[in-house]
Amino acid sequence: MIHQTSPLAIGIFTAFVAGVLWLSFRLGRKGQSAQGYYAAHGQVHWFVNGVAFAGDYLSAASFLGICGLIAFYGYDGFLYSIGFLAGWVVALFVIAEPIKALGKFTFADALDSRFDSRGIKLAVAISTLVVSVFYLIPQMVGAGALVTPLLGLPHWAGVILVGVAVTFIVATAGMVSTTWVQFIKGSLLVLFCGILTLLILQRGLQVNAGRPGPLDLSPQTRTVRPDGQVLVDGEPQTSDHDLRPVGMLAGLPERFGGRLETGPLGPLAYLAALEDASVVTWKKTTRTDAEGSHETFTPSVRPAAELLRPGGYFKGLAGGTLAGRLDFASLMLALFCGTASLPHILIRYYTVKDAAAARKSTVVGIATIGGFYVLTLYLGLGAMTSGFLDPTNTNMAAPLLAKSFSETLFAVISAIAFTTVLGTVSGLIMAGSGAVAHDLVENVCGLRMTDHEKVRVGKLAAVGLGVVAMALGILFQGFNVGFLVGWAFNIAASANLPALVMLLFWPRTTKQGITAAVTVGMLVSLGWILLSADTFEKVYGLSRDASPMPFSQPGLVTIPLGFLVLVVVSLVTPAPARR
Amino acid sequence: MTANNPHEPRTAAPASRLGLSLFAVYVFLYGGFMGLVLGRPDLLAMRPIGGVNLAIACGLGLILAAVALSLVYMLARADH
Repeated sequence: MIHQTSPLAIGIFTAFVAGVLWLSFRLGRKGQSAQGYYAAHGQVHWFVNGVAFAGDYLSAASFLGICGLIAFYGYDGFLYSIGFLAGWVVALFVIAEPIKALGKFTFADALDSRFDSRGIKLAVAISTLVVSVFYLIPQMVGAGALVTPLLGLPHWAGVILVGVAVTFIVATAGMVSTTWVQFIKGSLLVLFCGILTLLILQRGLQVNAGRPGPLDLSPQTRTVRPDGQVLVDGEPQTSDHDLRPVGMLAGLPERFGGRLETGPLGPLAYLAALEDASVVTWKKTTRTDAEGSHETFTPSVRPAAELLRPGGYFKGLAGGTLAGRLDFASLMLALFCGTASLPHILIRYYTVKDAAAARKSTVVGIATIGGFYVLTLYLGLGAMTSGFLDPTNTNMAAPLLAKSFSETLFAVISAIAFTTVLGTVSGLIMAGSGAVAHDLVENVCGLRMTDHEKVRVGKLAAVGLGVVAMALGILFQGFNVGFLVGWAFNIAASANLPALVMLLFWPRTTKQGITAAVTVGMLVSLGWILLSADTFEKVYGLSRDASPMPFSQPGLVTIPLGFLVLVVVSLVTPAPARR
Repeated sequence: MTANNPHEPRTAAPASRLGLSLFAVYVFLYGGFMGLVLGRPDLLAMRPIGGVNLAIACGLGLILAAVALSLVYMLARADH
């Protein structure tokens, strides 16, 4: 769809992003030592750090991805919310306090604290880089999805905009400013999503999104011709002749006596009313012929109850195949185990002063993030019935929902979401640059660096990572960002969790065991993803049936494999010396 | 071990017994819910609470359970 821009929206957006950059620059001048750059001197208050956890974690995947999945497919998007939060329970009860006691700047420090092994440092630094890159892709794709409706720019422009801004933030600042950006963004995101939820409940449910006239159930076709021209229903696409927005309520429950809107509803009454209502969903079919590639969106009226239970997105759940169910179980396991293995989350444990502060900030993080995930359900369902959805892109559901209320709100929400991406990307690039400068260059290659050089190498690495992220973000346009981030969770959980847990709980763990588990977990999960049916279909454009893997999400196999490799290798290598 | 050997390098503080018990409670809840989703999805269409179906009630319940367990943990360990 072609999206109209408004000067007001652009003004609010620019002011907001400029404000955050200015703040980051101001705060960043305080953090120029290595300890300051990578760990904010270990002096961040636990409450600020807790909200910054939420800022780090509530990335484009949570806000744009989940909201879009719920709006398009119903309940299954909410399963991502449940899984994303569950991972924090592992972080709090199992990982938080021990990891704080072990490390200095990076996750590799913690794993290596007992051994001083170059093998561990190398394996962990590479796995940190791989996970960071996979986590960066969805953030960049999210940035593109935001600027398209807001600024009327193409996808690639949004990706470049984020890339440049973030590289600027990280290269000028470091962990102090990243933490503050995350704190501000985390608070604002939860606050404004709360406001949006109140507006949704206040509006209640409206048949045909409150528009007069009958529901339009005619199919729409979007054609991309070989020369790149876009046609809608056979005519060139213009702002007057475009796909019509989708996402309508078709009818209210009988108890509303034939009315067309419910008026304000309470949180539970909203869900109950929707359960008895009917909605318009649409099926997308694609075909390619000599005229180009055609996407046809065919609407149909369905009971909303079908969308409020599992099976809309994870096809394996609604009486599907065993492989489909294993795929789902594998994803939910990876989400559960992945959070506590994400490098950009783990480094945040080094910005507070002690284990008690680490614990308290995790609890603040869980409360903030949990509250947000409750809101995602309302945001997604609100978007599903807002009458503003762009059927070609799931990631735009949340901003377009805000647009259904007002341009101003739309601009504010988009600006917050954009800083969400900025913040998460800076956190990831921090983690990646720490891995390069501190772990690879200094510890693995054995180059002694002064404090100043260490910061400079980190900044150079940050610029390099930023460029890679921009390229991938352009390549993966059109993927749901929640789906993409699932890959990062799979790799993180497979590579890092076995090593982390066994190091903390099994004294017989050896350095060879850790190195092997991290290497095998990372390579096998990465290889599995590259060979999976999802990747064959969506990335390479091949048939799903050509994939050799039984299901697409690797975690169910590769997480236990990591544990197994660690135990076996540890048992056949000499027990660690008690020094 | 740290107490007996002053030369022991920095080792992990053992995760607390309470933390691990609360973790077990949550694993039971999360695993139980996944079992329902995978094994008996028909039950999730039931509407036990004010017209809200069991799928949504369980989902919201799991989120609230995580927050509640973490608060219990923080309060119980406030003196550490």
